[in-house]
Amino acid sequence: MSKRTLRRRTFLKGAAAGAAAGAFAGGFAAGFPWAPAIAEQAPIKVGLLTVLTGPLAQGGLQMKQGLSLFFEEKNYKIAGRKVDLIIGDTGGNPAGTKAKAQELIERDKIDVMCGPLAAFEMLAISDYVIEHKMPTLALAGAENVTQRKPNPYFLRVSATSSQAMHPMADYARKEMGLKKVITISEDFAFGYEQIGGFQQVFEDEGGRVLKKLWTPIVTPDYTPFLAQIEGAGLDGVVQGFAGSNPIRFMQQYANYGLKKKYPVVGGETAGDDALLKSFGDDAIGLVSACPYSYAYPSESNKRFVAGMVKMTGYLPGFYAAALYMDGMVIEDALKKTGGKTDNPDEFMKALRAVSVKESPRGPFHFDHFGNVVGNIFIRKVEKKDGKLANPILKTYHNVSQFWTYPEAKFLAQPVYSRDWPPLKS
Amino acid sequence: MKRVALILALAALATVPLWITNSYYVNVTTQILISAIFALGLNVLVGYGGLVSLGHAGLFGFTCYACGWLINAGVGQLPSAIAAILLTVALAGVFAALSLRATGITFLMITLALGQIMWGIAYRWISVTGGDNGLSVSARPAPFGLSLEDPVPFYYATLIAFLVVVVAMYAFVHSPLGASLRATRDQPRRMTTLGYHVWMIRFLAFLVSGLVVAIAGLFFFYYNKFVSPYALSLTTSAETLLMVIAGGTGTLLGPIVGAALVVIVKYVVSAYVERWNMVLGAIFVAIVLFMPEGLVPGSTRLVRRAYGYLRARRSRAKPVAQGEGGP
Amino acid sequence: MNLWLILAINSITLGGLLFLLSAGFSLIFGLMRIPNLTHGSFFMLGAYLGVSFLHANFGFWLSAILGALSMAAIGGVIERLLLRRLAGQELAQVLVTLGLSFMIADFCLMVWGGDPIPIETPDNLAGSVPILSVVFPSYRLAVVAIAVVIAALLWLMIDRTRLGAMIRAGVDDPQMARMVGIRVSRLFSVIFCLGAGLAGFAGFMGGPILSVYPGLDGDMLPLALIVVILGGTGSLLGALVGSFVVGFLYNFGQAVFPELAYVILFLPMLIVLVIRPQGLFGRIAS
Repeated sequence: MSKRTLRRRTFLKGAAAGAAAGAFAGGFAAGFPWAPAIAEQAPIKVGLLTVLTGPLAQGGLQMKQGLSLFFEEKNYKIAGRKVDLIIGDTGGNPAGTKAKAQELIERDKIDVMCGPLAAFEMLAISDYVIEHKMPTLALAGAENVTQRKPNPYFLRVSATSSQAMHPMADYARKEMGLKKVITISEDFAFGYEQIGGFQQVFEDEGGRVLKKLWTPIVTPDYTPFLAQIEGAGLDGVVQGFAGSNPIRFMQQYANYGLKKKYPVVGGETAGDDALLKSFGDDAIGLVSACPYSYAYPSESNKRFVAGMVKMTGYLPGFYAAALYMDGMVIEDALKKTGGKTDNPDEFMKALRAVSVKESPRGPFHFDHFGNVVGNIFIRKVEKKDGKLANPILKTYHNVSQFWTYPEAKFLAQPVYSRDWPPLKS
Repeated sequence: MKRVALILALAALATVPLWITNSYYVNVTTQILISAIFALGLNVLVGYGGLVSLGHAGLFGFTCYACGWLINAGVGQLPSAIAAILLTVALAGVFAALSLRATGITFLMITLALGQIMWGIAYRWISVTGGDNGLSVSARPAPFGLSLEDPVPFYYATLIAFLVVVVAMYAFVHSPLGASLRATRDQPRRMTTLGYHVWMIRFLAFLVSGLVVAIAGLFFFYYNKFVSPYALSLTTSAETLLMVIAGGTGTLLGPIVGAALVVIVKYVVSAYVERWNMVLGAIFVAIVLFMPEGLVPGSTRLVRRAYGYLRARRSRAKPVAQGEGGP
Repeated sequence: MNLWLILAINSITLGGLLFLLSAGFSLIFGLMRIPNLTHGSFFMLGAYLGVSFLHANFGFWLSAILGALSMAAIGGVIERLLLRRLAGQELAQVLVTLGLSFMIADFCLMVWGGDPIPIETPDNLAGSVPILSVVFPSYRLAVVAIAVVIAALLWLMIDRTRLGAMIRAGVDDPQMARMVGIRVSRLFSVIFCLGAGLAGFAGFMGGPILSVYPGLDGDMLPLALIVVILGGTGSLLGALVGSFVVGFLYNFGQAVFPELAYVILFLPMLIVLVIRPQGLFGRIAS
């Protein structure tokens, strides 16, 4: 090897280092916080952590649409301040969530953060959010963040994983008369917490869960599980599938003739209104509980639904609605603090004190853990005028994350998991 | 000239917090270094051993879980780190014993299977790993009482580890074991004929690879203070393999450049370009088309060609007297 | 009793779908020695293309065929422009096929959006058929029938035609085949198109069962890899046997050992590989 070759290689090394330095200098300059204008208040920077690429992108896009719609209606100005919406794509994995959270919080210096979507994403940044005192309005239903390991900077406008399943169990037991059910959901925290919540209320009211089936999150074919749905006295199936899984599940459920045998009851993601455009006729008859319904007759909801239909061409679901309401909460809190966000603890206090009377889901406020207390709607999928509809059968009012259980008792029991509540064999 | 470039690069790295004042970008640099360590470890097998593995994330993530579990069980930071590294090397030995029965695509498949099995265990053994909720710890280690919680001190700790690994890799490549390894990549049959124990050489290389990957895993874990099954996924293995191939296997600088490329596209470019996945894919395809040996060897080749072309033009202007000159 | 019957029948139907997916991969890998990591993306893209044809009112079966043909064409372009110049460079092939899969996945997300698209079962197959004491969806049985027909056609082609003889020669010894005058590069193109087309066809056929969604490529690729490695590369019989073995493992494994869901699929492959690296029926030792 000649000396010249070596020299060229090292020249390249230096060039590479130089190029990297250049890239960083550029990035650093782009992120440098220019001094805000003194006269007017600086715009409020709202960060959105969502999933825009990969398998969870469907829900993530709806989050972006919901929040954008709210700000568009307000012309990107709330409580006298302009709104700067900065969106970060986490890719649907914890490392990406951490990276994007850092980007929004440390580089873009946001004042408040909406999202992330998934429970495991939230758990990856929970400590980080506390460290940086960042008010976070997450969608993620991870229960302990507002229960046994509460995060003081956390606010949840959507629901805990089990919050909608508690009234669903009540409805299934009292109004549908179901006595013995088999549950099936994905084998992860969101699934356990939903099913756990259902089981506790259902069994306390005299029902029984015969079997609990857990599927891997990635299950192209549910046949091995569907084949296990049978039992003496069985009269219903409870599912808590999320993402796009409900579509496939309902289709395969009908394929095996189970639809004619046992009614299906589901959680907030199982019968999400946004899935109506993708569901086939196999979903007709699905009863589900959700903190949001497009059919709720409030003025605010009519406006929201109209806006979403105009933006996307389809009815909105739970994800978009939750983020739209995040925007409402931020605006209300901002009015309370006179537009100020420089003191995160004060802003957090204002956020948690928000009480909304008129919203797409009706009146709601927050408990002292920062979790929402509001309506839960029981709906049923039907066919109307040749299209699928999801009208409301019953509304449960003022539902908290603890259902009717005293808070201390609820917190004393373990968090819902795969084996808790245990099966009464 | 080589020394000057090296000193410049070192100086740049050592003073990063001075010319990158935004802590976000310091963190990105830290992540580049961690990915670079991972890629360097993988390169031991892929570049120098000619054995392409798609399961190395299984080792990487295992270190994280081992360390996290031990810390949460009350074991101190230093013993946890050492134990995690040793356990990972042992696991690498198991991987090696199973996969070295074959080479080529079969080796790839066995390592893929092993990586997926590790991922499946991390996902399902919820009582130990926390399932998809992951495992978290509350604090980074504080060697000699110095806190590493802030971005800048942690960056320096990672930089030190990185430099140690680079020096060690250099030593390894120029050692008899490194030379034997490259020989088994190029001429396995001849090596066997000459009396070398090819399997043992590869086995030892696998252990070395595991050791380096464990260090990367350790710092990854400290950086996030959290690990989830995603760290052991096929995507993570594939991304790191891509870093190695794109940068250029069989060189020391290659994996580092590859790591920087992927991390920058993922975390910096993605802020400006929504379709960053496509950009990343397009970059890989472009590299294959124009620099199939990788960015570093490829750029060297292009620069050399440019130099040669320039020199040829210059010498055409000057007529060479008969009998003088010559190639 | 019902449980085992349903599982047994479904093992066969899933096997059928897997065969359609993996046959192409096995041929491509067996003949061209290319680990085509874009194969899952071909499956997904073929399904999406078929969906577009379906929404343009081309009818179910015609859409399936058009989707397959489009996929074959795209595969041909990829082979001609990118893969041909990388013969023998395993690492570059891995890089390019992975890079392409990133691009195709993002492209699908961009064009068809993030929502999963279910494909309606064709009307004449929409019902269920009673088999002994259980009820089984007719469509899945149809998929098995189609897989068997295609397997037979492929076998006929490989065993009885000149093209097949050339393929077999190429699989056994490409250099020798070239020396004997076989236009190996043209053969490669044909095989790659065929493989891509089959994968695309499988993707659309799988639609009424699995629906089409982002991430489908990543879900199917490991299954194809397991089938081909287990059954043996370059062997159609291996792909067939491997598909049914994986179908069987998937169904019974999920039902009996749900906690070991992922391990159940990979462990047998690992065992076979360690004992017999060329797979059950493979002709190539790597």
